[in-house]
Amino acid sequence: MIAQRVKTPMERWVTVGHYTLLVALAFVFIFPIVFMLMSSLKPSEQLLRDTSSLNAFLPIGDISLNNYYAAFERAPIWQFIFNSIFVTTSTVVLGLVINSMAAFSFAFLRWKGKNAVLSVIIASFIIPFEAIAIPLLLIVNTLPWIGPEGLKISWLNSLHVQIIPFIVSSFQIFLFYQFFKDLPFELIEAARIDGASSWQIYYRVIVPVSGPVFATAAILRFLDMWNQYLWPLMVTQSEVYRPVMVGLQYFFQLNVVWGEVMAYLSIITIPVLILYLSLQRAFITSIATTGIKG
Amino acid sequence: MNRKLAFVVVLAAMLLVLVGVASAQTPTTITMWYHGAGNAVERDILIGIINDFNASQTDWAISLEEFPQISYNESVTAAAVAGNLPDIIDVDGPVMPNWAWAGYMAPLSLPDGALDAFLPGAIGKWNDQVYSVGLWDAAVAMFARRSVLEANSIRIPTLEEPWSLEEFDAALVTLQGTGEFEYALDLGTAWTGEWYPYAFSPLLQGFGGDLIDRSTYQTAEGVLNGEAAVAWGEWWQSLFERGLAPGTSQDGADRETGFIDGKYALQWNGNWAALAALEKFGDDLLFLPAPNFGAGSKIGAASWQFGVSAKSEHQDGANAFIAFAIQDKYLAAFSNGIGLIPATASAAEMTENYKVGGPLEVFFGLSQAQAILRPPTPGYPVMALVFEKAAADIANGADVQTTLDAATDEINADIEANGGYGFSS
Amino acid sequence: MQRLCLIKQEFVAMSSIRTDSAAALGKGGRLNTEHAETLAGWLMATPAIVLILVFLIIPFIMAFVFSFTNQRLFSPNTPEFVGTRNFTDLMTLRTFSLEPELDANGQPVVDEEGNYVYPRLREYTRKNPKYPELNGLQEWFSWTIGTTRTFMLSSDVVFMKALFNTIFFVIVIVPGQGGMALILALLINQKLRGINIFRTIYFMPVVVSMVVVSILWRFIYDGQNGLLNTLLGIVSFGGFKPVDWLGTTSTAMPALMVMSAWQGVGFHMVIWLAGLQNIPESLYEAASLDGANRLQQFRFVTWPGLRNTMVFVLVIITMQAFGLFTQVNVMTRGGPLDSTQSIMLQAVQRGYEKLDISGGSTISIVFFVMVLAISLVQRYLTREKDA
Repeated sequence: MIAQRVKTPMERWVTVGHYTLLVALAFVFIFPIVFMLMSSLKPSEQLLRDTSSLNAFLPIGDISLNNYYAAFERAPIWQFIFNSIFVTTSTVVLGLVINSMAAFSFAFLRWKGKNAVLSVIIASFIIPFEAIAIPLLLIVNTLPWIGPEGLKISWLNSLHVQIIPFIVSSFQIFLFYQFFKDLPFELIEAARIDGASSWQIYYRVIVPVSGPVFATAAILRFLDMWNQYLWPLMVTQSEVYRPVMVGLQYFFQLNVVWGEVMAYLSIITIPVLILYLSLQRAFITSIATTGIKG
Repeated sequence: MNRKLAFVVVLAAMLLVLVGVASAQTPTTITMWYHGAGNAVERDILIGIINDFNASQTDWAISLEEFPQISYNESVTAAAVAGNLPDIIDVDGPVMPNWAWAGYMAPLSLPDGALDAFLPGAIGKWNDQVYSVGLWDAAVAMFARRSVLEANSIRIPTLEEPWSLEEFDAALVTLQGTGEFEYALDLGTAWTGEWYPYAFSPLLQGFGGDLIDRSTYQTAEGVLNGEAAVAWGEWWQSLFERGLAPGTSQDGADRETGFIDGKYALQWNGNWAALAALEKFGDDLLFLPAPNFGAGSKIGAASWQFGVSAKSEHQDGANAFIAFAIQDKYLAAFSNGIGLIPATASAAEMTENYKVGGPLEVFFGLSQAQAILRPPTPGYPVMALVFEKAAADIANGADVQTTLDAATDEINADIEANGGYGFSS
Repeated sequence: MQRLCLIKQEFVAMSSIRTDSAAALGKGGRLNTEHAETLAGWLMATPAIVLILVFLIIPFIMAFVFSFTNQRLFSPNTPEFVGTRNFTDLMTLRTFSLEPELDANGQPVVDEEGNYVYPRLREYTRKNPKYPELNGLQEWFSWTIGTTRTFMLSSDVVFMKALFNTIFFVIVIVPGQGGMALILALLINQKLRGINIFRTIYFMPVVVSMVVVSILWRFIYDGQNGLLNTLLGIVSFGGFKPVDWLGTTSTAMPALMVMSAWQGVGFHMVIWLAGLQNIPESLYEAASLDGANRLQQFRFVTWPGLRNTMVFVLVIITMQAFGLFTQVNVMTRGGPLDSTQSIMLQAVQRGYEKLDISGGSTISIVFFVMVLAISLVQRYLTREKDA
């Protein structure tokens, strides 16, 4: 450690300037979110009036939770949140296992045709979801499912139709693959010499040292899945299966009550923000770790 | 012993009969979709009708599923593609021919004469058959304030003698000139989507143009890009150029409150917005007919309607419910709840607002006198989007002729790609 | 485990084989282990391969097939193969020149404003037997040299605009957002008290859904009493004249760009930050011993050290930017006057709203081929420099 020097006046001014810039930028990044939270507490008329002054960012005037009560009246929000959490968590967990296993196979094991398969998977990352939504709808509609009521053809109107097609992510496989390739090769070789099977190497050697990339993959997938809109709209004809983003549509009636819209936006954003703030250290470090591997 | 056994057998037999009767009495479930998710008033009325129906007979039980209106068509489209439609479909009137043509809807079979008293806008006809019926219709009027018009010596038009184009335009210029208003006229450009064809294509028709040549339904050439249509386009564009009306980036909130707050002098709006304005202005408020732009005064017709799925295994049950739901008392209930025009005159008499002498009675007259259906053709959904874009582009300053030519091309190309949409030409 | 690693390192040093795990296995039971490895390799990859095949590749092949048919989303008509017609309908370009109309004396006709009057283009491009190759084309733009007016005709003007808007968006966003992210990363890569708070805040928009962001930013860009106009008014003491940001053709796309960058920049900032922290401190110390100033340090130490990070950031932003859709769909729907049209917006509007699934699929295929080609070029360029 180098001992702290006493700062010269010049350096002090640089520091002050630096902080000023940082604070100004912080305002730029946070003001729409503050606006959302504050607006959700105001009646619609006041909310709209306040946008013409700095009051838009302040909790003043007629402040209450009425918009939240009204929002919960308007739509079965708890149901939407439960569905979103269930779909998101299942997809993330299953995806981490299956994608990392595949990436492990691509990175370390020798088998015929692996490079071709890997190229196709990486290229498929470019396919926009909007391009395949209708064909995918036709496919899931013909797939069988065994549920509590026995065998049923068609996956429509369920939670699994929102999960299974999204377990595999070519981006995630690519992410894992990049990370694994940069791991010290000695790790694998040593385990092999020890007589470990490929499966053992995967979960005893690779998984324990890959925390950051697992965290990154989980977080990015979480955001993707939480924000799903087009697909659930197409496959959930029944209210009990709808996720939060489809629920947003309940608030855009002919006469939009903006206070309620802001409340709903806050309701679906706050859980993600809390998750982010509580995990932010791991969150950012993990993404950063993946960055260098690119 | 034997007696006991006989008793048991009899008991078992009775039980069996009971079970049999019970199972015979279990009503068949009829599924129904509705576009009102998130709107408690509509839901309560509809659930009331369903409960009444379910209690009134033992054959059928309606099970309701609600969708948000803003994405309703996309939801149904996806479900239709997957062959997963309900027994009773709720459909926006002008879209019905598309779904009927595609084979998703079956013609209604209601008791003879059931629809005799209905407003024409509430009946969905295609290929000479009735596919859908609405419990209400909607109508558009020019919302105005008597005091404002009188202060500026503007004649108050009547159904018999509406404003002419020149008169209307002069009125707008006068109102704008007062400086009391941000804009003389609020057209509702903030409401993207179906509002554009619903509210603005009747203006085009008032000039003598149309979305499609209604004699064949095969081409828009000459009607959407002909002289009359270009005249409409030039005038439409001038409204925005002269600053008489807010443009396409109008704030949605201003659309909802601008007239009531006095930002706008006139407002082109639907009857569903009438109650709020009435509350504010009372007797001062006027609902004026559409101006006569040369080829007549026209406003849009047809709103949401009920129909039966062609794939339904219980079409009789679906029809039974629709026949039940179109009773006057339910028409009146919906009208009182959401402010729309009840589909029959007798139901109108039962409402607060549309009965003779009621504050919104005038809409009933407007609907009867001026309503024009959006083109009843399976090509309508594409036409609606093409027209919306053309109207928005022209409002934003695009060359009128070029824009209308391009719109015409797109509509014609779509008709061709769909083999003429089944019209024998 | 550690012990094992040490032994292993000796082994590696001894045999100097490092390239392949199978080769490192030694002699005994080589065939068996190779078999086991192949089996394990397949088994581990199979779930992913099956799922990606069923839920991504096969649907994409179906979309590919649709693009050669006239398939509708729903229609009683049987779909037919139409060859490459969907592609030519989308991307045909042609130039066509016209001379001014002549009056009875053979002089060019001039209108009141002194401009030449040209025959109506539509008379040549609509079922004119003399110009079959122009049928169905529309004017994209035109220019005049002398008296000759030349038109660039396109079979699908809206798509062309969408294509060029998207490319414009990518060209601005990739360096703009990437550069902003780097500047932010440099700003917070300092040992200052509380720097983590700023890092947390700058990253926050990334976790907010783009739909939510788009709805909020409509309030910011509103032309009458939007927050941006309000803030600019306050900063300029009322001197600022309100701008209708999303309603004006010249500002709509830049407004979308700023908003997109605002939402995404934190993510790329963090990636840059990781790259920065990966550069050994000793390099900076050596540079300052050599008398390098701040700028020179950046030029000769920081920037070269960030090369890999740059490639990664570049690839990610490019792909995200090409997929421009949600913001446009929520905020402008492509308007005003197509100034914010995007490729994916067109694909969705045609495929779902206009029920033309073959047309929508065609756009998606074009999109895929284009982005794939660009990625391959990017990969090729970066690989070449590595060698």
